[in-house]
Amino acid sequence: MKLHEYQSKALLSMYGMLVPRGGLAATPQEARQVAERLAGPCVVKAQVYAGGRARAGGIRMAGAPQEAEQHATALLGSRLVTSQTGPEGVPVHRVLVEEALEVERELYLGIVIDGGAESVVVMASRAGGTDIEAVAREHPELILRQVVDPVVGFQAFQGRRLAIDMGLPASLARSLAAQMVALYEVFIAKDCSLAEINPLVITRDGRIVALDAKLNVDDDALFRHEDLAALRDWSQFDPLEARAGQAGIAYVKLDGDVGCLMNGAGMAMATMDAIQASGLSPANFLDVGGAADPNRVATAMGILLEDPAVKRVLVNVFGGIARCDDIARGILQAFQPGQRAIPMVVRLLGANLQEGLALFRASGLNVTFAASLLDAIQALRELSNAQ
Amino acid sequence: MSILVNRNTRLLVQGLTGHQGQYHTAQMLAYGTNVVAGATPGRGGQRFQDRVPVYDEVEEAVAKAGANASIIFVPAPSAPDAILEAADAGIKLIVCITEGIPALDMVKVLHFLREKDVTLIGPNCPGVISPGERCRVGIMPSDIHTPGRVGVASRSGTLTYEAVYQLTRAGVGQSTCVGIGGDPLVGANFVEVLALFEDDPGTDAVVLIGEIGGVKEQQAADFIKAGGFTKPLFALVAGQSAPPGKRMGHAGAIITGTAALASSKIAALRDAGAAIIPSPASIGETVKRGMG
Repeated sequence: MKLHEYQSKALLSMYGMLVPRGGLAATPQEARQVAERLAGPCVVKAQVYAGGRARAGGIRMAGAPQEAEQHATALLGSRLVTSQTGPEGVPVHRVLVEEALEVERELYLGIVIDGGAESVVVMASRAGGTDIEAVAREHPELILRQVVDPVVGFQAFQGRRLAIDMGLPASLARSLAAQMVALYEVFIAKDCSLAEINPLVITRDGRIVALDAKLNVDDDALFRHEDLAALRDWSQFDPLEARAGQAGIAYVKLDGDVGCLMNGAGMAMATMDAIQASGLSPANFLDVGGAADPNRVATAMGILLEDPAVKRVLVNVFGGIARCDDIARGILQAFQPGQRAIPMVVRLLGANLQEGLALFRASGLNVTFAASLLDAIQALRELSNAQ
Repeated sequence: MSILVNRNTRLLVQGLTGHQGQYHTAQMLAYGTNVVAGATPGRGGQRFQDRVPVYDEVEEAVAKAGANASIIFVPAPSAPDAILEAADAGIKLIVCITEGIPALDMVKVLHFLREKDVTLIGPNCPGVISPGERCRVGIMPSDIHTPGRVGVASRSGTLTYEAVYQLTRAGVGQSTCVGIGGDPLVGANFVEVLALFEDDPGTDAVVLIGEIGGVKEQQAADFIKAGGFTKPLFALVAGQSAPPGKRMGHAGAIITGTAALASSKIAALRDAGAAIIPSPASIGETVKRGMG
């Protein structure tokens, strides 16, 4: 789960990291008031769940409070389209107004849980302020890593080592290491899956400040962080993704026209791959989960039907635990009177298969049954040719 | 022959008294698995189906029932503790079905296990089954499996069932099927499972089912190139149509960089000599043809 920049910075600050002075604004007047309080040049930053804001005009410099108000007027209520969003962009409901700092150097600081090392890894680079993915691709030697021992945690000496290996003066190494330790403490305390400070800046007056901040919290750890779970900003999601997410269904909107309903993540991806390999295009990833009770399936099917891009639907459920008649009941439940008609290809396997198929037959809906994934894809192609 | 589980497996079920634990224990017993004990704190003294004794502690189940393997159906908040308890009690094979364990908990668990003589399969996995040994330590549907000489190693649950279903229909039986789990941090990775299949005289070839995210498939490719696995390998990597930056259900299935792409993994496995299965719809057919 992503946190907004202002939420991340509040956490960092609580753990002793230096962040720019500033305040959050939901209206242009509030933005002006924050700028007046800061009494100097400031930056107005759109608070959205997407990177690439600067190039998209989501981060704007203001010399005077009136200018901050103008920027806030332009940003608030707009949709920001960045390299990381779709063409529809993400809505800006709040801006962060912060003091502009005089920057001497820009560094990168990141923490991840590394699958290869099976541990937490702290990363630092002197190539801060740029696209770190590009640095990793073109100059991997510029990204330095320290693997953390999970028992003792990240140690100050590792921070000093990173600082010195980045070519920073020894005089700065201790204070930089302290900032790294603070970030590591946030990471552990808040069950993060990713922490990135890009850039972490050294100001002309020698302070080390987190100019930007991005914390992602491990979704699987939210059960012990109710306060953080409550921060999720559903306005930042595609509306259908938001509905699925609130119902606990794993759903990702894609740009094709074959609506897909599957159980199991691997099966869902494989089905999408098979659709794509046949020359058709999946409209979504959707995993209803292993148990697949009728109400969940009905919600999932409802989401597919609500997507105007969906022209046909493939149901591919391999019931191990799930019963086929439950799946059928859930799907049929979504077809309330007045619901648009849509051709479906249904491939079901598992317990109570015949009962499930009988329910579909009795429904009067346009359903083609398939015995295998191969048959299902062929049936979809025939449907698509006929449509 | 098989890997990880066999007729000598004496299984303990941690979380036997829960809904999932009861359902799957009944299924495992019906398949022929030797379930010798259950463990649920506070439920010691009960019996499941009048024959499987339940103990309060894993240590007790090991001492009194001779359990040497464990399957875990404990909810995510307590599952790390259940894994550690089993490892500490001397269990040699731990299969953790539980989905949704926090990644930082798994960092600690794996650190603890490194010092122990134990194999962890999962978490967030369907488990292990060996049809020839009539031993199922997992939640997979029993009836799709048939005894044979092809091993299966997979990061997925239902996609593994699909693969096995296709293999069985194509007349290709399985030696052992292992679901290693869909999380970024799991116990045994593809490398460890391939090493076991290499040493198993009952396995002639392996089907590897990977997916986007992480580097497990690349590690497998490196292992093959280094000579660690020499039998024929058939590989399918799911998620070629997945967009970057979005978690596709599994916590580990997210494209975060070039290495995480399906195409990178396919290239690495092909380069290591694996036969790439062209479509999820043709798993059975490809393996059957490849096996001659």
